[in-house]
Amino acid sequence: MNYTVPEFEVERNINRCISCGACVRQCSYEVHYFDDDGKTVLADESKCVACHRCAAICPTRAIKIKKYDMAYKEHSNWTPVMQKEINLQAATGGVLLSGMSNNKPYPIYWDKILLNASQVTNPSIDPLREPMEIRTFLGRKPEKLEFNENGELKTKLPPQIQLETPIMFSAMSFGSISFNAQKSLAMAAKELGTLFNTGEGGLHPKLEEFKDYAVVQVASGRFGVHKGYLESGRFIEIKIGQGAKPGIGGHLPGEKVTVEVSNARMIPVGSDAISPAPHHDIYSIEDLRQLIWSLKEATQYKKPVAVKIAAVHNCSAIVSGVARAGADIIVMDGFRGGTGAAPTRIRDNVGIPIELALAAVDKRLRDESIRNTVSLVAAGSFRNSADIVKAIALGADAVYVASAPLIAMGCHMCQQCHSGKCNWGIATQRPDLVKRLNPEIMYKRVVNLIDAWNHEIKEMLGGMGLNSIDSLRGNRLMLRGIGLTEKELEILGISHAGE
Amino acid sequence: MKITAGKQGFQSLNEQVRELLSENDEILIEDVNGQRYIGAAMDKGKTLNLYGTPGNDMGAYLNGGKIEVFGNAQEAVGNTMGGGEIIIHGHTGDTLGYAMRDGEIYVRNRAGSRAGIHMKEFENMHPTVVIGGIAGAFLAEYMAGGTLIVLGLNRDKNQDIVGAHCATGMHGGKIYVRGEVPEHHISPNISVSELNEEENEELLRCIKKYCVLFKEEEEYILKEKFYKLSPSSSRPYANLYTKN
Ligand code: SF4
Ligand code: SF4
Repeated sequence: MNYTVPEFEVERNINRCISCGACVRQCSYEVHYFDDDGKTVLADESKCVACHRCAAICPTRAIKIKKYDMAYKEHSNWTPVMQKEINLQAATGGVLLSGMSNNKPYPIYWDKILLNASQVTNPSIDPLREPMEIRTFLGRKPEKLEFNENGELKTKLPPQIQLETPIMFSAMSFGSISFNAQKSLAMAAKELGTLFNTGEGGLHPKLEEFKDYAVVQVASGRFGVHKGYLESGRFIEIKIGQGAKPGIGGHLPGEKVTVEVSNARMIPVGSDAISPAPHHDIYSIEDLRQLIWSLKEATQYKKPVAVKIAAVHNCSAIVSGVARAGADIIVMDGFRGGTGAAPTRIRDNVGIPIELALAAVDKRLRDESIRNTVSLVAAGSFRNSADIVKAIALGADAVYVASAPLIAMGCHMCQQCHSGKCNWGIATQRPDLVKRLNPEIMYKRVVNLIDAWNHEIKEMLGGMGLNSIDSLRGNRLMLRGIGLTEKELEILGISHAGE
Repeated sequence: MKITAGKQGFQSLNEQVRELLSENDEILIEDVNGQRYIGAAMDKGKTLNLYGTPGNDMGAYLNGGKIEVFGNAQEAVGNTMGGGEIIIHGHTGDTLGYAMRDGEIYVRNRAGSRAGIHMKEFENMHPTVVIGGIAGAFLAEYMAGGTLIVLGLNRDKNQDIVGAHCATGMHGGKIYVRGEVPEHHISPNISVSELNEEENEELLRCIKKYCVLFKEEEEYILKEKFYKLSPSSSRPYANLYTKN
């Protein structure tokens, strides 16, 4: 007996259904099937995950996915979700595994921060008529600049990364996402003048041509890490933690290690790819320093080295240590960041919002006069351009986005990335599903999205009377809180609306 | 080509070494005093002979080059090494050969803890680590491929050949251990067995090389029987999760 009832219900309008079987062929969760008569289409809704693929593909719009309408005796503590999860564990004894990101209703501070605009004095600027600079440079900045008598720069600059937008694509390994999805991001990064990130899955040989637009990651499993890989990336990112699952490692199950994935990760086909929770050569800030410098030595100081950590309780002290250890770029990933797979309890309960972490870290580094030694990249869920503008005003040099471009490529937030059955061809290695995602079409949608955001960022900047994104960095005077407590305002370092 | 490391910092030493290696294939470095990252990512065809004690991460990301140390080495020798050869005429510290994917490391004496962590293999890449003395705790944790050999030579009677938590989370590759295996140190998912013919050949090849390198007697080493440690499952965590 199954102790749980389905979450969703498939409603088929039989007046519209033409028995074409598209839904039967398209649903990888095998919800739809033909009855014995070979004509009537039926559904086993217990398997439905509400990814909307069938509804989108149905030529007569005959399908609607609804919430399963089951009455529970009211109980605000023992919700249907709580009961379902207990039953799952009672049946299997397993650790609950989820995909995508924290779906609990924690406060979203972006929605409680308002932006400023100029009126009368310091008038606003129209980005359609006037140049507006959003070009962004990442990398360690020197203490001071020295010039010779001809006005040429004497100071030797540490390596800098030039981006045409403050928006980059965050780490999604080939393995957690499909080749076509990663290729779409690589193509989009090239067209936009920004970077995509290989995650810890290595760089697929077929994406070599995009190496100038790649960030290469070094994680605890060191998958695919070799000299050529380190030299291909524009910068190297050491992954210590990830917002969706701070404190734990990764585990790509053997089923997902196809021939292609195995080539990029450089491990045998079908073997589990286990990334331990810590790097076993890093047990202290001094050890981290050692990894940072070994990477600099291996690439002859030509590449900035970034360190990515999850936003956690004492992240300002940690980031201060990481900056002193020699990182050129520090990435902080908030608790709403996505993932291919994470234990549900960790995904939903560990870490803190990026808004608070970013504000606290930027302040700490300024107080210690070391803010110039690193670039800060914020990650962990930017839903739109306004979130990004607010992050930059809170101190970010740039941001990483991932969920948003995935949505642009078809993701419907069904949170089943860990199942490997993504009907949209994103979080899957099944060839029949992967080919549903056409990079030629999808990269363009991602480019459109970021182009639109770039323009919106310029408009918001112009509205504030600024013509360069550099004037917004850490400029908290442009922000006001709404409905926030004294403490929250203090951490964010902003005044309340009306002040 | 011969240079002296002396008291200079690692950056200037390594820069000098890189420059010299662009024109020479072999360099001897005297008076090495703990300078880190020597030979990092060094390519095939290049050789460093080191006298003294090189610092941490020697031969990290080694890319086919050869490093011979006439003395002891410190931590993280051959870290994430992609190929080549490292020979140490002495002891070495912790995390020897972390995540190495190809090439060979021969250590005459002891290795610290966490040697061979997360070693892996791929297609015809197959890393080999031979430790002449004993190995510390967490040997071969998360090991995913390759061969690790521990000889346990020159140890006190009460010393175990491998330390606690040996092969925890190991899911690939093989460890050959000389003599009695201290079962109480071995992780539960590991099975202990005898070597088959092919494995014996591999072992012999490595022991021969060890003996040539360090002038030891093959016969003496082979007097004791060898056992193989290997994972009983290549998917130790396969049933840990329930899809939510
Ligand atoms: S899982 Fe997706 S494709 Fe399958 S029935 Fe549900 S909504 Fe439709
Ligand atoms: S990537 Fe695919 S599986 Fe993951 S949430 Fe989006 S649609 Fe669902």
